[in-house]
Amino acid sequence: MNWFTQTLNSTLGKKYVMGITGLFLMLFLVVHCGINALVFFPDDGELFNRAAHFMATNFFIRMGEVVLFLGIIWHVIQSAIVTRTNAKARPQGYAKFANSSPWYSRSMGLLGTLILIFLVIHLAHFWVKSRITGLEEVNYGSEKMEDLYIKMVETFSNLWVVIVYVVAMISLSYHLMHGFQSAFQTFGINHKKYTPLIQMIGMIYSIVLPLLFAAMPIVIYLRGY
Amino acid sequence: MEINLKVWKQKDAVSDGKLIDYKVSHVSPDMSFLEMFDVLNEELIVNDQEPIAFDHDCREGICGMCSMVIDGKPHGPLEGVTTCQLHMRSFKDGDTITVEPWRARAFPVIKDLVVDRTAFDRIIAAGGYISVNTGNAQDANCLPINKDDADDAFMSASCIGCGACVAACKNASAMLFVSAKVSQLAKLPQGQPERYTRVANMVAQMDKEGFGACTNTGACSAECPKEISLTNIAQLNRDYMQAKFLENA
Amino acid sequence: MSKLESKIPEGTIETKWSKYKSSVPLVNPANKRNLEILIVGSGLAGASAAASLAELGYKVKVFCFQDSPRRAHSIAAQGGINAAKNYQNDGDSVHRLFYDTIKGGDYRAREGNVHRLAEVSTAIIDQCVAQGVPFAREYGGLLSNRSFGGTQVQRTFYAAGQTGQQLLLGAYSALERQVGMGTVEMYNRHEMLDVVTIDGKARGLIVKNLITGELERFFGHAVLLCTGGYGNVFYLSTNAMGSNVTAAWRAHKQGAVMGNPCFTQIHPTCIPVSGDHQSKLTLMSESLRNDGRIWVPKKEGDNRSPVDIPEDERDYYLERRYPAFGNLVPRDVASRAAKERCDAGFGVGPSKMAVYLDFKFNMMRYGKVEATKMGLQNASDDEILRLGKEVIKEKYGNLFDMYKQITGENPYEMPMRIYPAVHYTMGGLWVDYELMTTVPGMYCLGEANFSDHGANRLGASALMQGLADGYFVIPYTIGSYLSKEIATKAIDTSHPAFVEAEGRVQKVMDQLLNIKGTKTVESFHKRLGKIMWDKCGMARNEKGLKEAIVEIQALRKEFWSDLRVPGTQHEFNPELDRAFRVADFLELGELMCIDALNRSESCGGHFREESQTEEGEALRDDNNYAYVAAWEYKGESQWELFKEDLKFENIKIAQRSYK
Repeated sequence: MNWFTQTLNSTLGKKYVMGITGLFLMLFLVVHCGINALVFFPDDGELFNRAAHFMATNFFIRMGEVVLFLGIIWHVIQSAIVTRTNAKARPQGYAKFANSSPWYSRSMGLLGTLILIFLVIHLAHFWVKSRITGLEEVNYGSEKMEDLYIKMVETFSNLWVVIVYVVAMISLSYHLMHGFQSAFQTFGINHKKYTPLIQMIGMIYSIVLPLLFAAMPIVIYLRGY
Repeated sequence: MEINLKVWKQKDAVSDGKLIDYKVSHVSPDMSFLEMFDVLNEELIVNDQEPIAFDHDCREGICGMCSMVIDGKPHGPLEGVTTCQLHMRSFKDGDTITVEPWRARAFPVIKDLVVDRTAFDRIIAAGGYISVNTGNAQDANCLPINKDDADDAFMSASCIGCGACVAACKNASAMLFVSAKVSQLAKLPQGQPERYTRVANMVAQMDKEGFGACTNTGACSAECPKEISLTNIAQLNRDYMQAKFLENA
Repeated sequence: MSKLESKIPEGTIETKWSKYKSSVPLVNPANKRNLEILIVGSGLAGASAAASLAELGYKVKVFCFQDSPRRAHSIAAQGGINAAKNYQNDGDSVHRLFYDTIKGGDYRAREGNVHRLAEVSTAIIDQCVAQGVPFAREYGGLLSNRSFGGTQVQRTFYAAGQTGQQLLLGAYSALERQVGMGTVEMYNRHEMLDVVTIDGKARGLIVKNLITGELERFFGHAVLLCTGGYGNVFYLSTNAMGSNVTAAWRAHKQGAVMGNPCFTQIHPTCIPVSGDHQSKLTLMSESLRNDGRIWVPKKEGDNRSPVDIPEDERDYYLERRYPAFGNLVPRDVASRAAKERCDAGFGVGPSKMAVYLDFKFNMMRYGKVEATKMGLQNASDDEILRLGKEVIKEKYGNLFDMYKQITGENPYEMPMRIYPAVHYTMGGLWVDYELMTTVPGMYCLGEANFSDHGANRLGASALMQGLADGYFVIPYTIGSYLSKEIATKAIDTSHPAFVEAEGRVQKVMDQLLNIKGTKTVESFHKRLGKIMWDKCGMARNEKGLKEAIVEIQALRKEFWSDLRVPGTQHEFNPELDRAFRVADFLELGELMCIDALNRSESCGGHFREESQTEEGEALRDDNNYAYVAAWEYKGESQWELFKEDLKFENIKIAQRSYK
């Protein structure tokens, strides 16, 4: 093993991978949320569709998408490895155990699994259709593009889908609540003066972002066709 | 007071163990938790039963020898207190208390509540020191040290090496213990020459011992009888990163 | 007398050590690699010696009965460590530290040893700082000092209330470094149970693996006993539960003589016994006497709550008896005064064996200063008291919390109840200037030896001695012996002497397990402790000591006929290990009483009621007792006394007075 793989294979190295991929995914969520929030714009989805069209056709963004998928996969695989190592570190469990850490910090694996299941559903709903099977098209003046907006409206007309999305966003919220400040701790950013600020931003981020995401299916469902 | 106990009994490292019920009568609220065990053991010996093995020594909260998980909490329900400093007035008459050993692959059970913590010694031997042979030192005051740094180093150095952090962590990770020593020496000028080789070697040994990975739940610090801070772990994370990616360690 | 050759070098006191160092024979590095040293105990003395000797190139093996060398009881020392650095520019010097230590020891220590201790004290601080020991510092970044009892300068270095812990972790890290480098082999959970002598020289050890119960044999060219004090002979003491005399006692029975075994330090401020279940006592730092006033009610058997007893019905007996030093008299004096009041029926608390340590007066004093600083003109008494409590909390918060934790009482509202308790033993194996016992090749370091503290140890001197012996004395003096051993090849442990020694241990072990009586080890230990405390404790007299000797002999007989030890040898069996230790305490206790009986003078911690002034102060007898009493074991209950006369050529002997 060279120094690099040896480092990434250490318990700390694995955490760095979790942290860096986590931070990257959090950054992605901001972009994703920002663009999707355009659905709230009262123009029957034109602005949203234009933005989606740009994202789907820009070369650099498509390349970024590949990196994103790699990031997700790495995050998931690494977490599976870490979980397994950690389970081995205590072969005999306690008969009685009183926890002294927040439940969501201890349940990152469970929350992550829920999010992963959701991700599969979510990709099937939109990404597969948009990138592979194709969508209906819409004309804005001379421009012709896929009507992702109408796909959303259709998908979220089903109450069960809305419930699944909302539950997933609750999971995401708790996952981020631990993940955000944990990533900073992993990279050694813990300072008397700044950590309270990081924690506050983390808390706001982990509540506001999933709330915005959850608002999309809810609002569209309530608004109806 | 009368106390019901469920205590982990295990013959040796290879045998299976189980919880056994005991009843201790005439418990005084002024007794320490370990003195209650003394009373129980005296009764057991006189009645030709096997006493319960447990680790203890100084009984004033500093040696780090005592190690009981009491009702699911390392060192029991109070914060910032070792088992030996826990007194029976913290419990109620008729309480049932479950007592188990530290549980971690790296801390195999020797007998009952006694575990083998030599993994900690090996981690220190891997780098938890400053290499200065006897007689090599310059005058102590040649090296002024900022008071805040000295105080911080002292806070880190107050770790008693009991292993409650490992016992409390859902991953049985030893990061708080390792980081306390790494940060103590990283904060002092004397510790600089070996700073990065130290952290690299200590982490390598920690991993070799079979401790889990830190997932930043904070349980270690919450259960630490000396209230060692999580900032130590951040320092370790930072120094290890520097050691591995920027330095030649 | 050839038995006790102290080997103090010739020359003036200031040059003895430097001359010794420059003339002591050396061992060349190639030979060092072939010389094996066995070290028992991993406290300040043991760990520092092991690290230093391994650095020199010797092959070292270290044994400790705890699960890690870091657990040794040195870790519990609170206050500090003395060193003649004179960083405070307050007139300190090597000579003053030497003088204070001899005087504090009530003129019963050897001048040559104590001067060497004072000389090397400064290097200890340098070494510890270099190791990363986080001593307290001033804002300028330099080391801070505080003052301790029995001195007029500030020479005590400290790390909050955990100085012993920090120093031990420093020595432990140096030791572990050598373990990591393969130069020291560490044996945790291994207890030494006998010493092997061949042709009169110490050549090895019989050690019990406490996990498996196996007896193991180890050869060494030299053996170092660094096994601490034997205060647990009193059952209740501030020592750790495992602290014991076994290693030293086994050495004693193999020919090493014991020096001044009766010299015991009783610390005045400990939390009193709360009931029969009590297993150990906890010290409250000496520093509390700076701000606490000690008193008892003037009325005998007064059962009122202390806060209801008005000022004029309180007896501040230390201030009354010793107006010059008041509450800050030395430890031995304060302890005896508390005992005197309690024995006279003025004790307080449920057991009536306690006195009050009251902070209210100084809380009010500090409160007034604070109120003035804050510009409060008409602050109420309650307000002043509140401010004063804050100041006290800042200074002693952790001690107050510990007191509350143990007693369940709030010391901010009620005075503390305190009583003296056994804390340290100045006596121990007799050693010469080179720290060698009367068995060639066997050395004794730290509290386990008798050498530097005379009849009373000053605060913050125990840590100094342990580290001095380990870091700076033994690495030089051991060469004097080992340089003559370079031709000695490692002796195979199948040698008859090893077989015989192991047989001795096995016999005792079998005996202990086969009595199958009715009483537990702890019950015997408690009874021994009570005899020792009542008759060989803070005050001793001829009648009581003679009774004690008879009682201990009877108790020992009962022990060997009615003891119950559960389990077997070949398992983890703490009860068996404890039985071994108590068996040795039962012999040591007798010798302590014999020594106390022999020394019919009062000096330091040893107070013979027959030898006191009209005011009840200790009266020393320099004409008849200015010697070290060294006892050689001659068989059960038989000892031969050897005397090492103490010569004071550099210090004028005077009676101590604190009036």
